[in-house]
Order: sequence, then structure tokens, then C-alpha cells
Amino acid sequence: MEHHPTAFPGPLLSRAKVIDLYFLEHRAKLLDLAAFLDRVDRAQPSSSGEKPAEFLVEALQRGIAVLLDGRGERTRRILDLLSDPTLEPLESAAGLKGAYGAWADSGVREAVSV
Amino acid sequence: MRYIDPHIHMVSRTVDDYQRMAQAGCVAITEPSFWAGFDRSSARGFYDYFRHLTTFEPKRAALYGIRHHTWICINPKESEDLGLAREVLQIIPEFLAAENVLGIGEIGLNKNSRNELKILEEHIALAAEHGQLILVHTPHLEDKRKGTRLIMDALDANPAVEPHRVLIDHVEEHTIAEVLDRGYWAGMTLYPNSKCTPQRAVDMIEMYGTERLCMNSAGDWGESDPMAVPKALVEMRRRGYAEALLHRVCFDNPRIFLGQSPKFRPAADA
Repeated sequence: MEHHPTAFPGPLLSRAKVIDLYFLEHRAKLLDLAAFLDRVDRAQPSSSGEKPAEFLVEALQRGIAVLLDGRGERTRRILDLLSDPTLEPLESAAGLKGAYGAWADSGVREAVSV
Repeated sequence: MRYIDPHIHMVSRTVDDYQRMAQAGCVAITEPSFWAGFDRSSARGFYDYFRHLTTFEPKRAALYGIRHHTWICINPKESEDLGLAREVLQIIPEFLAAENVLGIGEIGLNKNSRNELKILEEHIALAAEHGQLILVHTPHLEDKRKGTRLIMDALDANPAVEPHRVLIDHVEEHTIAEVLDRGYWAGMTLYPNSKCTPQRAVDMIEMYGTERLCMNSAGDWGESDPMAVPKALVEMRRRGYAEALLHRVCFDNPRIFLGQSPKFRPAADA
């Protein structure tokens, strides 16, 4: 669905200025992401009965692929990729409060220990 | 620069935050009813919470020169129990007459369940019956896109609801366009780890303009930052935007939306 910007001059900064202002901050975020994935790889094997939420790591990996596909609107597309694609209301929210951060069908969610 | 934070939960904050917000230019806030981090056991718990929001909190804010306004509802995280939710709905009209109550909020969905949706529809009907503004909470993370659409469908289904009298909060890049296209006001919530950062909020202003768009901190008992709005203003200055544009986003826009209630009072000299 389209929304047309009004009453706004549009971005003021040049491409050179944006890179200059924000590169170091995002270099650090890239390294944080790499360090997280390394930490997951380095972690002790899960104990018996503990089932890691691998679907969350897999969702991050799909998001990383979006960063590299050369197309625009990366933020919106990653948020869409992490979203519940179903349309019908949930039958009940009894016992449910929080969210995971990435969607998986109920069978996958119920099988993990988070 | 003077600013309005249209969504912050001050019952969870200390007076240190009021002091810092006032020093940064905050002149008015609105505080929606929300979940306390645990489920209340009876409607009496909500009754006392609503008394807190309408009597005690305005006095605390006034000590720092900040005008305090509030919104009344049972939040979606406690709406699964239909019996309790309907008991709370019955006590809400008593509080709508309080001088700092601007409307019904923050209503919406949490896990997008059928019971949450029923209570949302009953809140919408109550707001329509009493001619109240509406403040909407949209779900977190993976539940947001679906929930935002279900909420707008419920609002659209009530012919008495006028979209320009509804502020839909916590929009992100995958929901903002549809909220604005359907005629509603949109609120961007600035959170450290979830929702959006000040940088992403300014990105959305660059993409969608400033019309019907507000920013808020939604500061509460969790990881959040009551100084988030002034931080976003710093980000706008960093990108070279004029002070008039900053004023439009952080003062004029919330004043225009909230001013649809005759009880909204920004700073005395506004």
C-alpha cells in the first residue's frame, strides 16, 4: 500500500555524509551480530530436555540474506519476514504474554525451551 | 525545545525522570493505562490504578511543570479473561469525566486472540458512545503486523469511529504506511531493543513525511528510556533539519491530535 510523503523536505544529507556519520556505529553492530553467531556456535551442547530455539537463529540468517540481495526497503522486508503470516485470530491467549521476535508455527514454538 | 511525550507510563518511573524530562523541555505528557507486569486479581485493582492516574500522578508531574493527562482501559494483556475485562469496562465511564482523562487507551491486541478482539470491540464501542479519543497499542514483534491489521479492521467496522480521532502506536516500517493510508494517526515508539531506535524513527519521517506522525518514549518498568524523544530530536539536528520541523514533530503534531479533546492542556504559554 502506498503512502505519499507530504509537508517534508526529504532527506538532506548526501550519501557521502551518511556513510561518514554512521559507518563506525554500524561496523560495531555488524561485529556484534557476528560475535553472537560465534557465541552460539561455541556454546556447550544443550542438556537433555533443553531444546534451543533454533528457529530464531534461522530467522536471523534469513534476515542477513535480505541485507545482501541488493534490493531496497530492507528494514520493512526483514520485519515482514519475521512476522506471523496468518490472518485468523488465535483461539486463545491463555497463558501467553510475550513474543519471541520471529514467527514459527505453533508446533515449532511449543517444542523449544524459551 | 519544548516537547510533548504522548505515551509514557510515569507510575513506573521516579521523580528523577520527571526532573530530567522537564530539563530537556517536556511540558506535557499523556499516560495510557497498561499492564503492571503481573495480572491484577480483581476489578478493584484497576479501580485503584485509575484513581492513581487521575489524582496522584497529575500532582507529581505538576511539581516539575509538566501537564499530566491519561487514558483509561483494561489493557489487552489482561483481556483474555472476559469476565474480569467486562467488570473493568463497567467502571471506566466513571473515570472518563476526570479532568485529565483524554479518552480510551491503550487498547488493542497482544497475542491477537479472539477474546482480546472481543474486548477491543467493546472498548471501541464505549469510546464511540462517550465521544472519546482512542489510543491504540499494537502487538509486539512477530505479532505486530497481523495485530495492527486486525485492530484497524475492528476500528473500521464501527461506523462511529473517525480515524483522525485515533492514534495507533508502536508503528514500525512494516505497519506505518497502512496506518497512515487508512487515515489514522501513527505513533513511533522509541525503545532501546524492541520497536524502533531514534535513528529509525527519523528514517521513517524521511520516508513518510510528518503528517499525522508522532514520537513517544513509552517509558515504563521495562528497558526503556524516558529521554528518547529529546534523543530523536538530536538525531534530527544531526541530519540538518530545521528547528521548525523538529517543533512540528515533537510539539505541533501531538498538540493537534490531543487537542481534539477539550481537556488537553499543553503548557500555559503554548
